[in-house]
Amino acid sequence: MRKGQSWFNTTSVALGFAFLYAPIVILVIYSFNDSKLVTVWGGFSTRWYVELLNDQAMLDAAWITLRLALLSATMATILGTLAAITMVRFGRFLGRSLFSGMIYAPLVMPDVITGLSLLLLFVSIDIDRGFWTVTLAHTTLTMCFVAVVVQSRLVVFDRSLEEAALDLGCPPFKTFFVITLPLILPAVVAGWMLAFTLSLDDLVIASFTTGPGATTLPMKIFSQVKFGVTPEINAISTILITIVAIGVIAASLFNKRREVERQKAERLAMQG
Amino acid sequence: MAAEAKDRSGWLRWLLVAIPFAWLLIFFLIPFFNVLKLSFSTRARALPPYKPVFDFADGIAGFIAKLQQLTLANHLSLFTDPRYVEAYLSSLKIAAISTILILIVAYPIAYGMARAPREWRSMLVMMVILPFWTSFLIRVYAWIGILGNEGLLNGFLLWLGVIDQPITILTTDWAVYIGIVYSYLPFMILPLYATLEKMDETLLEAAADLGCPPIQAFWKITFPISLPGVVAGCFLVFIPITGEFVIPELLGGSGTKMIGKTLWYEFFNNRNWPLASAVAVVLLLILVVPIVLFQNAQKASEAK
Repeated sequence: MRKGQSWFNTTSVALGFAFLYAPIVILVIYSFNDSKLVTVWGGFSTRWYVELLNDQAMLDAAWITLRLALLSATMATILGTLAAITMVRFGRFLGRSLFSGMIYAPLVMPDVITGLSLLLLFVSIDIDRGFWTVTLAHTTLTMCFVAVVVQSRLVVFDRSLEEAALDLGCPPFKTFFVITLPLILPAVVAGWMLAFTLSLDDLVIASFTTGPGATTLPMKIFSQVKFGVTPEINAISTILITIVAIGVIAASLFNKRREVERQKAERLAMQG
Repeated sequence: MAAEAKDRSGWLRWLLVAIPFAWLLIFFLIPFFNVLKLSFSTRARALPPYKPVFDFADGIAGFIAKLQQLTLANHLSLFTDPRYVEAYLSSLKIAAISTILILIVAYPIAYGMARAPREWRSMLVMMVILPFWTSFLIRVYAWIGILGNEGLLNGFLLWLGVIDQPITILTTDWAVYIGIVYSYLPFMILPLYATLEKMDETLLEAAADLGCPPIQAFWKITFPISLPGVVAGCFLVFIPITGEFVIPELLGGSGTKMIGKTLWYEFFNNRNWPLASAVAVVLLLILVVPIVLFQNAQKASEAK
């Protein structure tokens, strides 16, 4: 029985991962297809990458999206970390359930609703829509994701180190930067990366809240896809996938090394 | 000493709470009231394209006069016009069926991951998360090339000889289901894995020793233990799928009715902002129950 079960487990995991990865692998392979038809293989070629480099509109959109993602992810990380600390450390306060509701609701709220409501806000306070309104919108959405990620780390956090620092006369502000922040840093970094990719990815909210001159990459891709599939989209997708994969793998290796070093230090401390 | 430091930083503490709190109030909560207000307005050929537009310069009398211009017409048309009723029902149906499909597909994967050798597990979790990090839009786009009439799937089936002419998958609800299951799968796998991984395997051994067949052991032991993960996963996918726009727009056809698409078209193509707002308000009312249940589930797991 044992053996049969593990055969079942291996198969289901293998099939599951095949399902998750096959479309992405196919997409990447066909970005090197010489043929204009996405489905007919016409030999290996990098012509779509060359064409991409000459597509100024696409490059502009990519540049706007990158700046937007960097800025909104950074703002979201600061706000989200503050929110997480508030949720975990401040116990009960007036409006706490409202606060946690406002953290969790955006995680599942359909994008069309969030986008529409933010647009109406920007219209009613009459500010010019464009780069900054999308930045504010993305910050609002992604700070909630950061808050949840950082919060899960803070919950298991050992507070005795902080208390020791405070007892030894370290001011709370300094304690935060010297003790707390380094310890929750992996979660903060993960939160930033999540916010960054969510912003890079968002089509719906950006479409609602943007204005003239601020077409993001997903908006550009979306409008091209509506006219039909072009291998150029495969090329830009491949570039994006590569960047994200490298980022995620590097971050996880970095975290793993930190963890190994920490365990080593702990062992040394125990022996000493 | 620590207490003293705490007192001194009292105002700082409240500032820390106030910043994210105020941000979410301004950019998340208050805009909903704006949507609500607009859903009672009427369409206008102006900028912004609705009336009445409230203005502080009106004074109280002006405010009341404008208040009387508000109307329930938008909401009523949602319930009387079969197009909208159909779109809501169809969204809920697609979301419910997809949630069940995702659960069926995700469960064996999560179970297999949780029973994999310990040293592999973190690697497997990362491999589930990795496609989730790559763009949603790109992952949906990838399916267009696969499911189309001249797509890879049809090519493969023709080559196998299973079919003798291409079957239409793209632009049907089938494509929408495939796209949704594919895109939302990690959201279900991860909470399931989290509960299954913590499960004590000796329970199953005990059941087997006592003569309980594996299938029965699964329903009596494993499934009840994984229930919190099942619940969390179902909420995490059901609520956003109901308002999904990108997948039905790119993979579905004109026959695919989903409310996210309706809202988008009313807003961008018809420029009927008040009606789009009413669509959003009613969608939100439908989703309030699952959202509140989801938050309670989150709070319960937080308390643990």
